Amino acid sequence: MGVRNIVRHSLWICWKDLLEFSRSKLRLIMLILMPLFMMVMIGFVFPSGDSMISNQPIALANMDAGYNNTFLGNTFVAQLNVINNNTGMMDLSTAKDFDGIKNKIQNSEVNGGIIIPENFSSNILAGEQGYISIIIDQSNPQMSVIIQTVLSKTIEAMGEQMAIHNLNSTYNNVSIIQATSMVKPYNVQIRSVPEGKTNYFQFVAPGIIAMVVMMSLMTGLPHAISYEKDMGTLDGMLAAPINRLSIILGKVMAQTIRGMLQGFVILLLAVLLFGVVIHGSILLVIALVILTVFSFVGLGILITSFTDKEETATMVMMTLMFPMMFLSGVFFPLQQMPSYMQTFAHFLPLTYATTALRKVMVLGADIPAVATEITILVGFGVILLMIAVPMFKRAMSR
Amino acid sequence: MKETNSTNNGFAIEISHLKKVFGDLAAVDDISLSVKKGEIFGLLGPNGAGKSTIIRMLCTLSRPTDGSATVAGYDIVKHDDEVREHIGLVSEKMIMYDQLTARENLKLFGKLYNIPNDALNKRIDELLGFVRMEKWADHRIDTFSTGMKQRINVIRALVNQPEILFLDEPTLGLDPQSTAEIRELIRRINAENGTTIILTTHIMVEADILCKRIGIIDHGKIVALDTPANLKKLVSGTETSAFEIEISNLEPRMISSLQSISSVKSLVQEDPTHLTVRANGNDSFDSIVDNLRKDGAKILMVKNLEPSLEDVFLHLTGREAREKVSENGSQKRGFGPHGRFRRRSARVR
Repeated sequence: MGVRNIVRHSLWICWKDLLEFSRSKLRLIMLILMPLFMMVMIGFVFPSGDSMISNQPIALANMDAGYNNTFLGNTFVAQLNVINNNTGMMDLSTAKDFDGIKNKIQNSEVNGGIIIPENFSSNILAGEQGYISIIIDQSNPQMSVIIQTVLSKTIEAMGEQMAIHNLNSTYNNVSIIQATSMVKPYNVQIRSVPEGKTNYFQFVAPGIIAMVVMMSLMTGLPHAISYEKDMGTLDGMLAAPINRLSIILGKVMAQTIRGMLQGFVILLLAVLLFGVVIHGSILLVIALVILTVFSFVGLGILITSFTDKEETATMVMMTLMFPMMFLSGVFFPLQQMPSYMQTFAHFLPLTYATTALRKVMVLGADIPAVATEITILVGFGVILLMIAVPMFKRAMSR
Repeated sequence: MKETNSTNNGFAIEISHLKKVFGDLAAVDDISLSVKKGEIFGLLGPNGAGKSTIIRMLCTLSRPTDGSATVAGYDIVKHDDEVREHIGLVSEKMIMYDQLTARENLKLFGKLYNIPNDALNKRIDELLGFVRMEKWADHRIDTFSTGMKQRINVIRALVNQPEILFLDEPTLGLDPQSTAEIRELIRRINAENGTTIILTTHIMVEADILCKRIGIIDHGKIVALDTPANLKKLVSGTETSAFEIEISNLEPRMISSLQSISSVKSLVQEDPTHLTVRANGNDSFDSIVDNLRKDGAKILMVKNLEPSLEDVFLHLTGREAREKVSENGSQKRGFGPHGRFRRRSARVR
């Protein structure tokens, strides 16, 4: 007996599980399709760093009454059209007034509107500011925030150009460059560590890898055990002179290999299709993924021991997994969440797995830089296993 | 810390006051019995009587609430691993992986018993030959018929050359041909290897033809334990007799009229034209036939049934008739291969 036998038996059980898995073509296809769908879905659903809005239907109401036959509103519209022709971000249509825009928004014809008020020309020509109103659609908060930001920036930029032009033409001794520095004294430039364009995939890929490996293990393990329990095949293993640990160990190995394969598919897709660059050591990435598995194994075993039916196991898993997916900073940075949620997130191992993987993959961090996360993940794993293994042994000999 | 195998007394299994309680239900209630080496021992009883629970405890899959038992000389609680070395289990549900081939299944289980490769390959070929399945060795289990599956399932339990083979309802859900095949296989395993076999069944005929001794179990207790012949003697000594009657124009009123006869103990309608009637007293035959004639029944055949284990069972528990009538007489024993449903339906009774 002893450790050697436990490992040997578990390897045979792992062999059996993988063999079973490889016999199902559909499962093999899903192994690749699932990560692919996930990446593509995330790529399109979540806002990517440099994605600008394009072809947004926007209604424009030019109500400018003019002043002494000067219609600055028309000039503004012309300028906006020029900019829009270059960027293609808006699909401009006209409306009569606020009610007209409101109507169009209500009918889902447009996502927002711009109003140039009656006194636009008269205000400007009187040396005052010209007001422009941006109308947003509150039923679509995400989009309205983006439209609001983009339109405000565009109009502000137009205003700046106007100011520079005015300064330059009003004062002969002010060059365009000087005028620019007067209007916009600060010029912000974005640089990143490491150098390169920010890419939402870069942010999200490490988290997705950690998550998929976790999901594979957490759903796969209770499923694998309770399925065999339901089918009656577990009795065959339990009636054989093997340690109960061999069964769970074999299953864990099989599920881990499966999860790692999926994680690897994601990594490959991320690099080949989505332009993700791995800055750190790939070996460290793999080691971290294995550590992630280790930190979750206990939880998987615990749930397996508590639930007697496959259905129950799946339900419990789903209930636990969803908050983990969304609270561990996989899709959104932790800092975006309210503080009590951030506190909660710190009790989830996935949080540390995601952080560590992100540091290594995106920032090129080395082991000392992720030592805290590694320690915490090992801690989670050890504590959960210390609770789970005796529970599992007890559950197996009821 | 291997303890010496103490089966010198000729017993493969010794059970002493074994008890298993689930909640407030005593599934196995203070059972004591011994099974001799090389014997085919039958545990007979209706669904839910506790047969499977006894098997599960003897196979170390379930811990007894109280009492003790030794299997192959080893205590089932203290030396469970040694017990496992010496047993094979064919349980109600097949212990096989459908997507794997027959050989792969056998190999997995062989490896769990630490059988070295050469010996294992030889053993697998031997076992496949034993059930004439060599040709199918490398075919996936899910391409097999139920009968073929069960043959592989049985030899799977033999891969470690067990001293004792447990068979929990081995012919459940099989067609008559496969049933006969499996029964023959059980006899051969016992005859050729001297393997002790513990068989549970609710099919009286099966116990009758296979088992040397039979323990009849009801409500977790042993109600009788003897050879099939001796058990039948229990009944033939009484006045109960059974008739099978075939009536071409059988009508419900004839049945109710028969039921009103005081000597008729039970009545089961087997199919649209057949009745099985059990009655007391010497003149019961006359009164039954008279009654049927009076009702205008056209009797095609009357057969006096030999006492069977079924009668033994009825005699011992008085329950079977009740069970059948409550099922409208149309439902025969057993609800098919789905153990859970069967068990529940039997327990609600």
